[in-house]
Amino acid sequence: MSAPVFQGYRRPDGRVGTRNHVLVVPTVICASVVAERVAAAVAPIGTALPHTAGCGQLGPDMHVTHDTLAAYCGHPNVGAVLVIALGCEQVVAQRLAEAARAAGKPAEIVAIQSEGGTVRATARATSIARAMAADLARTPREACDVSSLILSVKCGGSDYTSGLASNPALGLVADRLVDLGGSAVLGEIAEIMGAEHLLAARAPNAETAGRLLRVINRVESEAMALGLDIRGTQPSPGNIRGGLTTIEEKSLGATHKGGERTPLADVVPYAGRITRKGLTVMDTPGLDVESVTGMVGGGAQVVVFTTGLGTPTGNPIAPVIKITGNARTAASMADNIDLDVSGVLDDRETLDAAAARLFDDVLAVASGKETATERLGFREFAIHRRNPTI
Amino acid sequence: MNPVIVISVADNVGTALETLEPGRVVTRDAAAITVRERIPRGHKIALAAIAAGAPVIKYGNSIGTATSEIAAGAHVHTHNVSSARGRGDLASRREVPQDGRIAEPPDDRRNA
Repeated sequence: MSAPVFQGYRRPDGRVGTRNHVLVVPTVICASVVAERVAAAVAPIGTALPHTAGCGQLGPDMHVTHDTLAAYCGHPNVGAVLVIALGCEQVVAQRLAEAARAAGKPAEIVAIQSEGGTVRATARATSIARAMAADLARTPREACDVSSLILSVKCGGSDYTSGLASNPALGLVADRLVDLGGSAVLGEIAEIMGAEHLLAARAPNAETAGRLLRVINRVESEAMALGLDIRGTQPSPGNIRGGLTTIEEKSLGATHKGGERTPLADVVPYAGRITRKGLTVMDTPGLDVESVTGMVGGGAQVVVFTTGLGTPTGNPIAPVIKITGNARTAASMADNIDLDVSGVLDDRETLDAAAARLFDDVLAVASGKETATERLGFREFAIHRRNPTI
Repeated sequence: MNPVIVISVADNVGTALETLEPGRVVTRDAAAITVRERIPRGHKIALAAIAAGAPVIKYGNSIGTATSEIAAGAHVHTHNVSSARGRGDLASRREVPQDGRIAEPPDDRRNA
């Protein structure tokens, strides 16, 4: 059997996209509304990154904001970039445009102050965005090897079915993708707490295992420093109602989605570029939107998001596939769910068969099939911050 | 269909796939376990007696420690299991380090 392929967009820098967006990037919160209006004028090919950062940030947070925005500008799911600047902010518009151009994409900047106000800036930016969208509509999809895929694995609104059905099914997909030369990325450090020994044992050397343990210890120390019991935050109140008792239980169920045997190839900072084959762990919080934002920034072109209770979370540039092992949620939140794997729990379907269906859906979505989040317009974006805004 | 799913042979708890009422008998391999109290769907049942202080095992790994003796057939959840992780509430309160800070002047001198 020949290796499976998907229909993707080959980029000049060698990376492969599953979508072909005009990305409208505000440098700062002050430019976010203009960016959203410009993107809406060319939706759905146009998509914005509205955010609350970009100024008043201390050093480390400023770097995270800049690096995250720059990562999206260079991302293979983006075909062209339009930066909306205010003019007096910390984030440097030119550096974002350069990140896009370095990846071989056209990039333009419109600055609100120098353009003469928001009305003129919106008009000029919309006209640029329309021209970019018209150009991108001519980009062909081509057959691409699955080894070029980086799959973000995520869970949210977890209940007892997550660890028993949807996460194990997703783990088999991650294992299969890595066997075929692809990559997977797992975030949510707090939700590895209690299962880190299983991932560390899959590291090729003590150095990589040590980097994983250091980020987990840092997150646990931060929670401890507040003098609080982490329970109630992890697991969340909904997780506890759903039957999850401790963070260890949640983590053991959650880490299944990173596969059972993929080697732990790397540990990267928030939105840091994923460069190694195998499983990468990214230093993200458990908060869904911040976590997905970071993993897509790292280069993931498709997200598979397992849920027990149901959740709307999407992403501005990457398709997010929602799967659930909870038959009630599959029915009650049908609008938000792409794939129902609840048959695994009542013997209607084997885990292998559910994983095979999910793998096929990943390739179909990578080739352009619309997901529930895309259909409903869920494009949440939130950059993680660790320090106060001043 | 067995209403209780057990993941690993090492586990001493199973997950109820439907709400279990007291008196119902469920099985684990050849062993019969009588449900002692109502266990909501998705929650855990003790498959054997678990001593206070002993690990509660699911997925073949510890998910916490029993805070009291748990009988076989009992509901296992936050009321009788304690997490070992992220317990800042148990950590001794430490003084905030003052090194490097400039002491604030008393209020009466502030406008002097």
